Amino acid sequence: MTAISPTEQAASRATSIVAAEAQARARLRKRHALVIALRLAILIAFLSLWELGADYNIIDPFFFSSPSGIWEQIWSWVTEGTSQGPLWQQIYVTLEETFLGFAIGAVGGIVAGIILGRNKLLADVFSIYIKIANSVPRVVLGSVFIIALGLGMASKVALAVVMVFFVVFANAFQGVREADRAMIANAQILGASPMQITTSVIIPSAMSWILASLHVSFGFALVGAVVGEFLGAKQGMGLLISTAQGAFNANGVFAAMIILAVMALVVEFLITRFENYVVKWRPAPFNEQGT
Amino acid sequence: MQSQTMAAEKLSPAAPPADAAIAIDDVTLRFVTPDGHMMTAIRDFTMTVARGEFACVVGPTGCGKSTTLNLVTGLLRPTTGNVRVMGNPVTDISRDIGFVFQADALFPWRSVIDNVAAGPLFRGTPKQEAYDKARDWIGRVGLSRFEKHYPHQLSGGMRKRVALAQTFINQPKILLMDEPFSALDMQTRTAMQDELLGLWSGLKSSVVFVTHDLEEAVALADKVYVLTAGPGTVKSVYRIDLPRPRVMADIRYDPKFIEIAKVIWNDLREEVQLGQSRGLQTGH
Repeated sequence: MTAISPTEQAASRATSIVAAEAQARARLRKRHALVIALRLAILIAFLSLWELGADYNIIDPFFFSSPSGIWEQIWSWVTEGTSQGPLWQQIYVTLEETFLGFAIGAVGGIVAGIILGRNKLLADVFSIYIKIANSVPRVVLGSVFIIALGLGMASKVALAVVMVFFVVFANAFQGVREADRAMIANAQILGASPMQITTSVIIPSAMSWILASLHVSFGFALVGAVVGEFLGAKQGMGLLISTAQGAFNANGVFAAMIILAVMALVVEFLITRFENYVVKWRPAPFNEQGT
Repeated sequence: MQSQTMAAEKLSPAAPPADAAIAIDDVTLRFVTPDGHMMTAIRDFTMTVARGEFACVVGPTGCGKSTTLNLVTGLLRPTTGNVRVMGNPVTDISRDIGFVFQADALFPWRSVIDNVAAGPLFRGTPKQEAYDKARDWIGRVGLSRFEKHYPHQLSGGMRKRVALAQTFINQPKILLMDEPFSALDMQTRTAMQDELLGLWSGLKSSVVFVTHDLEEAVALADKVYVLTAGPGTVKSVYRIDLPRPRVMADIRYDPKFIEIAKVIWNDLREEVQLGQSRGLQTGH
């Protein structure tokens, strides 16, 4: 056996590695730029086709609006206010209902999920009722809430709560059930009390499940608030839509829809930030790419 | 008794003495499966571990090796017979017990130091003291540079070191290990066995180490229990008189070691064959 000395070629190899790395980084940057350019191109193509179609009456702007019409509507809402008062106030009312409903529903869902997940008897007894409650079309409850709680904020919050609760509950329950048994036994033998096991093993391991449900359920909370406003309200984005609908104002419906979408995207971004902060211990996904 | 040229002395099972660290006396454990059948996990099982003794349990798969450990922790209760730890009947999970699992049982959302400090913190040690102790134990397993890392950032061997530190920080008088190194590659396993013997010699706990690897058992133990194919009972007990301290990388080439391993393997072989033929029949 003879050993081969590796020092001779080491220096030239090091420089070629640096060059290769620079090349690879440049390729990554280029690809990222390409993705963004293609996204913009699709958006522009879509909007221009829509606008041209409306201009040449291929798409009837009375029913399907047009990008310029929507923009004018949003601009007039921003500068002159809506028929129900300033735009920001409508946004504020809807957001407030959404957040309240989201917070109450999520906390309730998490607590109920953990309690039932930790207690086999309660889970066996209540599972049938939760299935039944979950199969009721919840939007219909909106009418009940309007009758019971009136046209004010409470009825919308209540609808948002029931929309959120079941999603979060189901995920929290599943997350608790899937907590690793070896990990629980380990904590037990290390000296953890049942309460410590819940707080330092069960809740952290259910956290990925819970956070996943928060993404979906914020959308549901928004749907709950807006549908509640449809059914009867004095303020809010849902009322704005239903007023526009009543006046055959397609621009108004689309404009309100876009404002709601922007609200949802902003909150979604905040939830993702929060998620990354809470589960920073998780390995990075394999194909993570900047968006 | 025959002349003691051989290092593996076959012992006759006897009723456990009162001062043993662990005494499992004529225990049978049955349980009802979810489809309503009665299963016998172990029967007429007797085992004694003296204070400071290192005992290994070997046997074919599914013979109830892990069950014996759960009897000692109190997570399982015997159907008949009794289990005593440090002279007292097992009622609850004892603070004297440490357990190293086969699977990764570290908390993935805690960094290395938070994982190691978990035991003292659960037991109500003040935070500062717990972390000082944790830092000390992380140093002893050679991971001081990785205090702030999360488990997913470590290799399998390093995670096992963290698991050892997490267990040893509570300074258990009884140390139970359930095939702790079976998922590691050969070289890492040898290193971990040395690490374990080093930590153990400092603490002098009484150890029950379950493994399916006979060579690992002979290399580590003072005493090897061979179990029969399920329902498990003790087939034979051997005392291993290899001198300590032992070096894992060398011991497997020691002629005395090879001789002992051969003797015990002859005993174990038919149980393994029996276990496998049964496994093929039932599909496990």
